Amino acid sequence: MTQLLGGMPIMADLPGWAFTLIAMSGVGIILLLSIAVAVMIFSWAERKVAAYIQSRYGPMEVGPWQGTLQPIADGVKFLLKEDIWPTGADKPLWRLAPLLIFTGAFLSYVVIPFGPNFIGAKLDVGLFYIFATSSIVVVGIISAGWGSNNKWALYGAVRGAAQVISYEIPLSLAIMPIVLHVGSLNLGEIITAQRGWFVNWHAFGNWGSHGFAGILSLVSFQISLWIYFISSLAEVNRVPFDLPETESELVSGYHTEYSGMKFAFMMLGEYADVFVVSAIAVTVFLGGWYSGIPVIDRFVPAPLIFVSKSLFLVFVQMWLRWTLPRLRVDQLMHVCWKVLIPITLANLFLYGLLRTALA
Amino acid sequence: MNDTSAPLRHLPATREGDAAKPIKSELLHINMGPQHPSTHGVLRLFITTDGEVVHNVTPYIGYLHRCAEKIAEGNSYHQYIVYTDRMDYLAAMNCNWGYCLAVEELLRAGGMEFEIPEYAEYIRVIIGELNRIASHLIAFGTYGLDIGAMTPFFHALREREAILNIFEKVCGARLMYSYYDIGGVKWDLPDDALEEIKIFLDLFPDKLKEYDELLTGNKIFVERTANVGVVDAATCQDYGCTGPVLRGAGVSWDLRRNDTYSIYDRFDFDIPVGKGLVGTVGDCWDRYWVRMQEMEQSSRIIQQAVERLPARGECMAEMPKNLKAAPGELYTRTESPKGELGFYIVSDGGPVPFRCKTRSPAFHNLHVIVKAGQGQMISDLCATIGSLDLVLGEIDR
Repeated sequence: MTQLLGGMPIMADLPGWAFTLIAMSGVGIILLLSIAVAVMIFSWAERKVAAYIQSRYGPMEVGPWQGTLQPIADGVKFLLKEDIWPTGADKPLWRLAPLLIFTGAFLSYVVIPFGPNFIGAKLDVGLFYIFATSSIVVVGIISAGWGSNNKWALYGAVRGAAQVISYEIPLSLAIMPIVLHVGSLNLGEIITAQRGWFVNWHAFGNWGSHGFAGILSLVSFQISLWIYFISSLAEVNRVPFDLPETESELVSGYHTEYSGMKFAFMMLGEYADVFVVSAIAVTVFLGGWYSGIPVIDRFVPAPLIFVSKSLFLVFVQMWLRWTLPRLRVDQLMHVCWKVLIPITLANLFLYGLLRTALA
Repeated sequence: MNDTSAPLRHLPATREGDAAKPIKSELLHINMGPQHPSTHGVLRLFITTDGEVVHNVTPYIGYLHRCAEKIAEGNSYHQYIVYTDRMDYLAAMNCNWGYCLAVEELLRAGGMEFEIPEYAEYIRVIIGELNRIASHLIAFGTYGLDIGAMTPFFHALREREAILNIFEKVCGARLMYSYYDIGGVKWDLPDDALEEIKIFLDLFPDKLKEYDELLTGNKIFVERTANVGVVDAATCQDYGCTGPVLRGAGVSWDLRRNDTYSIYDRFDFDIPVGKGLVGTVGDCWDRYWVRMQEMEQSSRIIQQAVERLPARGECMAEMPKNLKAAPGELYTRTESPKGELGFYIVSDGGPVPFRCKTRSPAFHNLHVIVKAGQGQMISDLCATIGSLDLVLGEIDR
């Protein structure tokens, strides 16, 4: 983007700060628009997946084929809906919440490596940055619950905060063995460490660099992968960990009182987050933009490979959502603090020992 | 809403320096319902909570009250049949049956002599058991919703749809049938209805297996329902709980067997009782499991009834057009899908009942929530309500 703009004659004369500003806004707008479009596709896909699993049709009427234009109709509906303010709402917090929830999800897209040259910012602290920004969502959830002046929303918010904060620990700890192995938090470097055949993916133990010890790292990285995936479901409030929403208990959780565009922004944030956690899983464990077969990498564009892998994981999340019941709140905490965190800590420790022994 | 008269609790101070100013906390009062996704209609539960833990549950009912019992006093015995449809709208056939049986018994007690044709009795059993399956399917599906699994609901509705199609062929209606009449059933089974019932019976066992795979053995489902909302046999007796709630508590009590009516003594079927297979006897899972087993037993009964169905004949007894029961009173009970459905009819000899009291099973089953709900978490409360299988139309009448 920067190179593209720098090539334009008008842009070359601008002072440095203005050039950066324009370039950054350009990147931002492109990202924002693509997220909006992606979320529209997700919402349609989610309904279709749900319909398939539940033996019904799903949206069929709007658009030329299988209700493909349904998301646009939904978007128009969101825009035209009355913006309802509950009596006694804490207005600043109430208004801030959807923005925080959406921003938290949106910021992560800056470092997601869609391809070798498709990264918004090649940050050396990429993974750390993602975990930091996704924590902003918690603030949004709390302020939505508190600002709504609704007891059910408050319950949803408290549950959501407890859950998201707790599950960030196993989520980030699970990735640590791979960070140890690669020696970098830079998402691009984590991917390039997995180049070549698919056995080099971290999910399969990165045989290329481990050699014979690959069998041990395979075990360690597999544990990491599964714990990461389970925690990421909780991180983005998906079934079986959708306790902040729990439509059967808390009506609709922290966004009970929201309507119109405010609700749409929350939806946008949630689906954007679903893609982010899948993209991180693909980056860290599943070879990122490499297809796993070197010949294919020459013909197929990297972003296509990366996005299709991520979409598959998004599909798995939808699949789980429409199959499983949900846990109770104490069981959720039990799973996190007494099962996942000890396992990840032990895993990290043992992998560290393994590396030291080999070195 | 935050009632200031609520009991204030003083949590113990966590550090020594805090002893002077203990943290004050209040119990939170919340209205769960009348518009709430897991109260299955317009039930309102007033709950007092401390965080996620429920301290007190008080059910408030009456949002669906339609004065059915008063209406009975102004209508003839025939006219009231349509009102019984609207009691347990998920098992309207069984409500019709309970009422018609009550009137028939009252007439017999008053000295009137008539015989319900055997053919009609078989039709009554077939249709009644089909409706029991339909009602349990809804209970199963909505219970999945309460626990957070949405898919079983759609699978259950698919099979219920097949049953409703049969009912539509039989009587033209899909929800409010009024098919049973005093002295038999209103119409004969149409030609193809029996075929459809047979097809349904062939397919249904596979569907039951599918449900088991989806929900019954699911680890999360078991975690959510085992040892939750335990209602033991003594509590059932105290609160008058019947049906799957009582059987889930391990008591083998089914009016079809224990106080047999119609022709149920001719069929071979088991009465499933809760055994505490995954937890305590009488927990939510047991009640759920009893319903799943009952669907199997009901299809067994239908199978036998279809096989032994007598040759086509009259489906109504010879009854006078204007019924007048001799003065007297009688309580007649039947086993509806929810439990003991009883009609207590007092006649003063006129064309309308003097009093027609309904003993609805869900009304009695509901109130056990006051005891079972104490000390639970909010999620467990939803699971318990779902496992009681409440129908508000029947509770409020």
